[in-house]
Amino acid sequence: MSTEGGATGYIVHHLTPLSVGEGFWTLHLDTLFFSALLGGLFILFFKTVAERATSGVPGLAQNIAETLVEFVDTQVKDSFHGRSPLIAPLSLTIFCWVFMWNAMDMLPVDLLPMIGSLMGMEYMRVVPSTDLNGTFALSISVFFLIFFYSIKVKGLMGFAKEMTCTPFGPKMMPFNLLLKTVEELAKPISLGLRLFGNLYAGELVFILIALLPPIVQPLLGFPWAVFHILVITLQAFIFMVLTIVYLSLAHEDH
Amino acid sequence: MSINATLIGQMITFTLLVWFTMKYVWPPIIAALEERKTKISEGLAAAEKGQEEIKLAEKKAKGLLKEAKEQSAEIVSAAQKRANQLVEESKDQAKKEGERLLEAAKAQIEQEMLQAKESLRKEVSSLALRAAEQILKEEIDKAKHQDILSKAADQLG
Repeated sequence: MSTEGGATGYIVHHLTPLSVGEGFWTLHLDTLFFSALLGGLFILFFKTVAERATSGVPGLAQNIAETLVEFVDTQVKDSFHGRSPLIAPLSLTIFCWVFMWNAMDMLPVDLLPMIGSLMGMEYMRVVPSTDLNGTFALSISVFFLIFFYSIKVKGLMGFAKEMTCTPFGPKMMPFNLLLKTVEELAKPISLGLRLFGNLYAGELVFILIALLPPIVQPLLGFPWAVFHILVITLQAFIFMVLTIVYLSLAHEDH
Repeated sequence: MSINATLIGQMITFTLLVWFTMKYVWPPIIAALEERKTKISEGLAAAEKGQEEIKLAEKKAKGLLKEAKEQSAEIVSAAQKRANQLVEESKDQAKKEGERLLEAAKAQIEQEMLQAKESLRKEVSSLALRAAEQILKEEIDKAKHQDILSKAADQLG
C-alpha cells in the first residue's frame, strides 16, 4: 500500500488512469489494455466452444457457454419481436464483456497496481467500467445502433416524423423535437452513467476499506465483496436488457 | 475524469467483439442448441411411437390369445361330442350283436327241439309198434292196420 500523501493521495492515486497523450488525444492505456484483454478472453472461450459445439452431450465449457447463450437468447426473445442477426450476439457480447469488466472489481484493489508499479507503471486502474470512456463507448455504440435501426426500419421520413410529431402532434413540432432529442440522448447518457456510477462507487468503497486498519478490513471487505457479486452481475444484466429494449423500440413502427 | 480518445479505442474494440461474436460465436452455438432440441424432440416422438406400437401389439396378442382359447374350447367340445357319439355307437352295436346272438341261439334251440321231438316221435311210434307186436304176438297186417298205426303215430306226435 503506497500511502504517501495520506489517504487522499492514496485514493487519487488509485483513481488516476495510466495515460499517454494530451487533451482529447489522451489514451487511457489501462482501460484499453484490460478491456481488450478481457474481450480476448471472452472471444477465446466462446470461439473454442463454438468450434467444438456439438449437439450431443455437452462438456463443462459448452454447458457454461450454452447457459449464457440461452439466457441471453431468452431475454432477447422476451423483449424483441423482430428478427435481427445482430441483437442477440450484441447482447451476449455486452453482457459478458461488461460482466468481466465489473468482475475486475473483485480483485484486491492493490494487487494489479502493485505489480504494475514493479514494472514501472506509476498509475493503474484495472476496472474498465470505472472509466467513463469505457462505459460511454458501449452506450454511444448502442446509441448509433438505435439511430441506424430507427432509420432503417421506419425510413428517413418515418424517423423524422416520429421525432417531430410525437407525442403532441404536428402543431407542437419544435417542442416535440426538443422533447424527443432529449429522450434519445438520455438513453446513452443514462446507460453509460449508470454502469460507471455503480462501479466507480463500488471501487471507491473498496479503496476506502483498504485504508482501514487490517483487522477491520475483512469485516467490511467481505460483505461488500459478496454484495458486489450481485452488483456486477446486475449492472451487466441491466446494461444488456436496456440495450435490447432500446433496440426493440427502435424497431417498432408506430 | 475526462472523455477522450480512449472512447474511440473502446468503441473500435467493442465493434470488433460484436462483429466476431455475430460471425463466429453465436451461429454455431445456436445451431448446436437447435440440433439438440430437434434430436430430443425426435427421440421423444420415437419413444411415444414405440409405446403406441407396444400397446397395439399387446392388443393384437390379446386378440390372438382369445381366438386360440376359443378354438381350443371348440376342439375340446367337438372331441367330447365325438367320444360320446362313439360310446353311443358302440353301445348300440353291442346291443344289436347281443340281440342277434340271442336270436340265433333261440333259433338253434327251436330247431334242436324240433329234431328231438321228431326223433322222439319216431322212437315212440316204433316202440309202440314193437310193443304192440309183442302184445299181439301175431303178425299184424301192416297194410290192414296202417290206419291205426298212423293214427297212433299222430297222437304221439
